[in-house]
Amino acid sequence: MIASSFAIPDVVTFVVAAALVIFGAIGVITVKNPVHSAISLIGTLIGVAIAFIEQDAQFLAAVQVIVYAGAIVVLFLFVIMFLGVDRKEDVSIEPLVHQRSWAAATVALTVASVIALMAKSHWATGAHRVTGNPGSGNTNVAHIGRTIFTTYLYAFEITAGLLIIAVVGAVVLARRSNQIAEENA
Amino acid sequence: MSHLFAIDPLFNGHSTLAVVLIALIRVLVAFAALMGCVTLMIWFERKVISDMQSRIGPNRWGPFGLLQTLADGIKLFFKEDLLPAEADPFTFKLAPYLALIPALITFSLVPVGGSVTIAHHTFFLQVADTPIGILLLLAMSGISVYGVILAGWSSGSKYPLMSSVRASAQMISYEAALGMSIVTVVLASGSLSTHDIVAAQGGSLWRWNLIHLGFVPFFIFLIAITAELNRPPFDVVEAESELVGGFHTEYSSLRFALFFLAEFMNTITMSAIMVTLFFGGPAGPIPNIPHIRWVFPIVYFLGKTTLFCFAYVWFRAALPRFRYDQLMDLGWRYLIPISLAWMLLVAGFMVSPAWGFALAAAGLAGALLLTRAFDLGRERSEGDEAILPTVGRRPLPGYVLRQMTDGKGDA
Repeated sequence: MIASSFAIPDVVTFVVAAALVIFGAIGVITVKNPVHSAISLIGTLIGVAIAFIEQDAQFLAAVQVIVYAGAIVVLFLFVIMFLGVDRKEDVSIEPLVHQRSWAAATVALTVASVIALMAKSHWATGAHRVTGNPGSGNTNVAHIGRTIFTTYLYAFEITAGLLIIAVVGAVVLARRSNQIAEENA
Repeated sequence: MSHLFAIDPLFNGHSTLAVVLIALIRVLVAFAALMGCVTLMIWFERKVISDMQSRIGPNRWGPFGLLQTLADGIKLFFKEDLLPAEADPFTFKLAPYLALIPALITFSLVPVGGSVTIAHHTFFLQVADTPIGILLLLAMSGISVYGVILAGWSSGSKYPLMSSVRASAQMISYEAALGMSIVTVVLASGSLSTHDIVAAQGGSLWRWNLIHLGFVPFFIFLIAITAELNRPPFDVVEAESELVGGFHTEYSSLRFALFFLAEFMNTITMSAIMVTLFFGGPAGPIPNIPHIRWVFPIVYFLGKTTLFCFAYVWFRAALPRFRYDQLMDLGWRYLIPISLAWMLLVAGFMVSPAWGFALAAAGLAGALLLTRAFDLGRERSEGDEAILPTVGRRPLPGYVLRQMTDGKGDA
């Protein structure tokens, strides 16, 4: 039945990507070693990138790998290695009492609402499916570029400004706290 | 058929057996050719560097020592595969593959020659012409960092760990300049696809991006990609005099061979990428000789790529290693501002000369401002009066902080 509505390679790609995403995500929260968690996270991000390619969102896939897998997780690893927290930790003690039961309840609620939204997807996103048309040959790279630099130009520029402010702010704060630490030493 | 992969990456519909077979053959041929080139490259590097240092170099096995690499490979294959006691086994075994696979995937981007017709299917000599094209290079160079970082960390040893901390900082720093220099190329050719980038440079020498974009993006790209490759003079990651062997100190046998392979494969691939982006790829004059016209682009491509492979060996023989802080200075203070300014300049000249000159003037003013800012920063006073007043909540006094960090001993 599936093969009649979808091509076989599509199904295979989807299953591989979904397996990568799900097992990676489970790995991130279950393994004890932070570095192994980071490796699982890379697996999840690459799985999401494969899923993006399958949906004809090639640009998103590239950005996903460049920004998240290529830069952000590298920074995670950098911090993990610098701070030397790459040891197995005892997680049986709860610093915040009852936080696990609260977390479980929140996750259950979130999953339930996501499933409910998916059942009524047109209500959530305004469209039943938001994928491209496979095989049309229309790449979305040019399309995204045109949209960002015309319709959403102001939003784009404001986001860029916000990022610059964040970087400058981080530099200023980092220097200031250093000098105070020296003063108090 | 030319945009086979762009239209139908998963072979969903209308692809006959011949199309799938041609795709498969392209992958296999590219893999075999790359492997052959890697063994030649290792021999080439050892031989050329020997000549530059007045030594003889490998000359025992095969004519001119050509089979030396093969002998080394066999030797490594039969060596004991050590796993250090302090190592993290899973990551230790994973890391060499993370270094090798991006090197292989990046090569799939490179257009090696013109178009060839086999069994009524005309296709370009390139493994995959994806719509994201050159972005794949950035993605793969981002992934290849993990090979180095995880190898260093998982070895459970001090020097490799320092090497991987250096690698993560270095590669992130140079990726920005690398991306900016690629943006100028993409601006000039109006497409991300490597095939279109090469096609836009066809015709005459003046269309080559090297000249077309005014040399600066090429030199930024050359410096940044050398830093990404961890090749001399930017090889602080495996600095022998400081870190023993860097990230691969604890590796032996086949896993060491994989790192070695990945490094040389990356050298070839990046030389090929440079030819593709700035030197017109397989472009060149084609004499009108029937039946072998398709050979000339391949010859031009191989010639240009060999030139860059030679340049890398030359760098190694001629240039002393950068110090780590000099490396960071070069990346952040010079390459990133210059590449940003040059990108604006190229964009301005694409709109109109007036805009171009206006942006050139703005870039110059910005450069002066930045130089002045660096000067002021260097001369700033370090005394008590330099400390800025705090904002918001006062930080905890020093003795409280010390109690918190030094444990509960005297709390």
